[in-house]
Amino acid sequence: MSIRLTDIAKHYGHTSGGHTGKGRPGHTANRALEPVNLEVADGELVGLLGPSGSGKTTLLRIIAGLESPDRDPAGRILFGDRDVTDVHVRDRRIGFVFQHYALFRHMTVFDNVAFGLTVLPRRERPSSGEIRARVHRLLEMVQLERFAGRYPAQLSGGQQQRVSLARALALRPDVLLLDEPFGALDAKVRQELRRWLRQLHDELGFTSLFVTHDQEEALELSDRVAVMSHGRIEQIDTPDALYRTPANRFVFEFLGDVNHLEGEVQDGVLTCGDARLAVDLPDGHQELLLRPHEVRLTQAPTPEAQLPVTVTAISPVGAEVRIEVAADWLAAPWLATVRHADYERLALTRGQRLYVIPRHWHRFSDTPGREFRAIAA
Amino acid sequence: MQRIGDAPAVRRLLVGAAVLLAGLFLLLPLVAIFAQAFSQGVGVFWSNISDRYALAAIGLTLLIATLTIPICLTFGVALAWLVTRFEFPGRRLLQTLIDIPFAVSPVVAGLIYLLLYGRNGWIGGWLDAHDIQLMFAWPGILMVTVFVTSPFVARELIPLMQAQGSREEEAAVTLGAPGWTIFRRVTLPNIRWALLYGVVLTNARAVGEFGAVSVVSGAIRGQTMTLPLHLEQLYQDYNAVGAFASAALLALIALFTLAAKAGLEWRTARQEVTP
Amino acid sequence: MSALALPLPRRRVLPGFGLSLGISLTFVSLVLLLPMTGLVGQLKGLSLAEYWAIISDGRVVASYTVTIGAAALAALANAAFGLLLAWVLVRYDFPGKRLLDALMDLPFALPTAVAGITLATLYAGNGWVGGLLEPLGLKVAYTWVGIALAMAFTSIPFVVRTVQPVLEDLPPEVDEAAMTLGASDATGFRRVILPYLWPALVTGTGLAFVRSLGEFGAIIFIAGNAPFETEITALMIFVKLQEYDYAGASAIASVVLAVSLALLLAINVWQGHFIKRLHGGRG
Repeated sequence: MSIRLTDIAKHYGHTSGGHTGKGRPGHTANRALEPVNLEVADGELVGLLGPSGSGKTTLLRIIAGLESPDRDPAGRILFGDRDVTDVHVRDRRIGFVFQHYALFRHMTVFDNVAFGLTVLPRRERPSSGEIRARVHRLLEMVQLERFAGRYPAQLSGGQQQRVSLARALALRPDVLLLDEPFGALDAKVRQELRRWLRQLHDELGFTSLFVTHDQEEALELSDRVAVMSHGRIEQIDTPDALYRTPANRFVFEFLGDVNHLEGEVQDGVLTCGDARLAVDLPDGHQELLLRPHEVRLTQAPTPEAQLPVTVTAISPVGAEVRIEVAADWLAAPWLATVRHADYERLALTRGQRLYVIPRHWHRFSDTPGREFRAIAA
Repeated sequence: MQRIGDAPAVRRLLVGAAVLLAGLFLLLPLVAIFAQAFSQGVGVFWSNISDRYALAAIGLTLLIATLTIPICLTFGVALAWLVTRFEFPGRRLLQTLIDIPFAVSPVVAGLIYLLLYGRNGWIGGWLDAHDIQLMFAWPGILMVTVFVTSPFVARELIPLMQAQGSREEEAAVTLGAPGWTIFRRVTLPNIRWALLYGVVLTNARAVGEFGAVSVVSGAIRGQTMTLPLHLEQLYQDYNAVGAFASAALLALIALFTLAAKAGLEWRTARQEVTP
Repeated sequence: MSALALPLPRRRVLPGFGLSLGISLTFVSLVLLLPMTGLVGQLKGLSLAEYWAIISDGRVVASYTVTIGAAALAALANAAFGLLLAWVLVRYDFPGKRLLDALMDLPFALPTAVAGITLATLYAGNGWVGGLLEPLGLKVAYTWVGIALAMAFTSIPFVVRTVQPVLEDLPPEVDEAAMTLGASDATGFRRVILPYLWPALVTGTGLAFVRSLGEFGAIIFIAGNAPFETEITALMIFVKLQEYDYAGASAIASVVLAVSLALLLAINVWQGHFIKRLHGGRG
């Protein structure tokens, strides 16, 4: 079922009600969400990505009905054709997976998963036999049949997470909402659960929306990612498009490591201390941004780029080597990633003097982001 | 692990001092109660507590406790739910207000009830005109007992419910559970031991309240005397053994309270293996 | 569209707001606040001069001195004794520890009248303890010291139970840091641990003091109740009531009530202040 939000805004003030989980200043009125518009297609898996305080969890909780949007502007939430803006969370038919799972600690795994079914009004409630069968099917799906009689405290974090997912799916919701679903798990379990959630999503075909602050997780798992900051959706796009054509500087910086080069441009040459770079830009102060893989390291400068640096740290990480370089003309060190072959060819050591050559750089000003192929490359 | 004050000499000295002082100050009185109560044998003890007035006092005390508990329970649960599950203006004020009975001297508590509901009070005058007597009768005793015991249940529940947060209840809402079901199936199992302990404390205080009750009771033997008033009367009449017989009964309730606390704390600690 | 920026009151996610608010407000108004009006009504009948005459009467003033002095002594003694007990219960393991821990709540659980007659009997000249002290020239029962003793008995749990959880939460690293920096036990305790416990200790002692000011049942049996010497203020109220002097009782009660409520408020504010400091602003 598709989800459509129009003009959903939220601010917290001293008059606001509703107990909220996260520590938020309750006494001063502040804007948690600018009016937000969002459309999620039927069967899509969308990630809400942003730093803490960007409003992503608030947005998710509003979609769930756990919090109410402001009345002014009068935003609407539609699930398919159904306007659920004024529908209580109880009747929205959503599945919600809480950040720390919120399992009922005094109930067994079985009872946790069965809960939603057992509290249905008597007319709609399945027979106890059928409930048992359904819960067992769910537990089988999340590979926890053997743990039906255990209590949440007796399970590992990853197992608890799967119980909470099974519990949310028991009522066959149209929409599954997940709040930092893998936040509290260690790296390896996260990776596994991600893959598993993606499979489950594709198999069962529900519409999902999940919140995360981990860009890798968002990019790997989602069909589309909405990047949020300061209560706004900065950009919503496929992971690939986000990475290649970031809409603005925030998105660019949030989605990976960034190197900064700031200086004055005159007659097509950017100068910064004793560093020079030929650029195709108008005169004036300019700031260029580069990804680590867009930085090339060489032994000698080129006519277009004279950017001397010193190697300060070397760390081999997986398929590539991360090189940190520093220079007087740089406010903060740069990060460059090189292939092992290049690393060996350059025979890099710490303290070595080198030159960097931008292959490619980005510039975001008041105008929407533009991309530049470096002249040097 | 080495911590400050772990040296054997320091440790022995401090433990010794604590045990000695606590023994003299707290344990000795407890022993003395039973020693006095049984100082003239079990027979005398028995006749002291099965005496007509003693039985009447026990009966009234039980009546008061039985009526006080459900009233305080309802209030305590409602208040704890209110202040831990919702944000609203005046929440802090409400939490401070419920502490009033802790700060008010029991005699003052009795007095303010007497002033309001006694013959000269603005409600008491009206009641008197309609031939309803609350003060110097058991309803008055009940009213002041409810006053002095009102914070106990809420005080036990609020910190616990605050610490547990409302995530489990929210999860239950997303699963479609109606209000009463949420309370009964999600909240109650998580707070039952604290709730029970709140009841035990309420009971202990309701049974043993003296100052407030002595102001509004009227002290009519066999009618408006609770057990603590009964023992006071005996003590003033130089019947110390009789007084200590009643005291021993009350001390038994106190011991039960302590045992219940130890047991319930152990249960809570076991339950707190939270994910 | 209206220019109103504030959100309108809206639906709450969890149920029962109306019901719990209704019960709580009804109870608080009827049980806690309404009776106060009786006191106000009674006081309205008094002129300021009459009111002053009652509360500044010599015998009444003597009762303030006795009550406050004994309560202060009891609170101070309890601060030391309570700190010792909390420390021993948290830091050491020894046989009988659970029993000692359970015993701490005895004064709360034991009816005050029972405590009163027991202490009076124990500390009287012919009692177990009084019999030992009397030959030494120490009289406890029916003196001012007896009053302080009874107050200390009923209020000791306040200090222990306030300090204990704070001490339990003190991470071992604090001790370890102090010791790696070369602090001796005494210095470490005084400079590192005590400042950490200080807010709880003050709160607990404050609560013990407030409780002692209002205590009645445990005291009257051991106090002797001699005018000007061993009469506590709560007893003065009681005496006035027995003389059917409602106005007098109310006037004195208003002083006691005002002092206890002010102290309660002060303790709450003080606690809030420290919670803010230790936990970054959220009460």
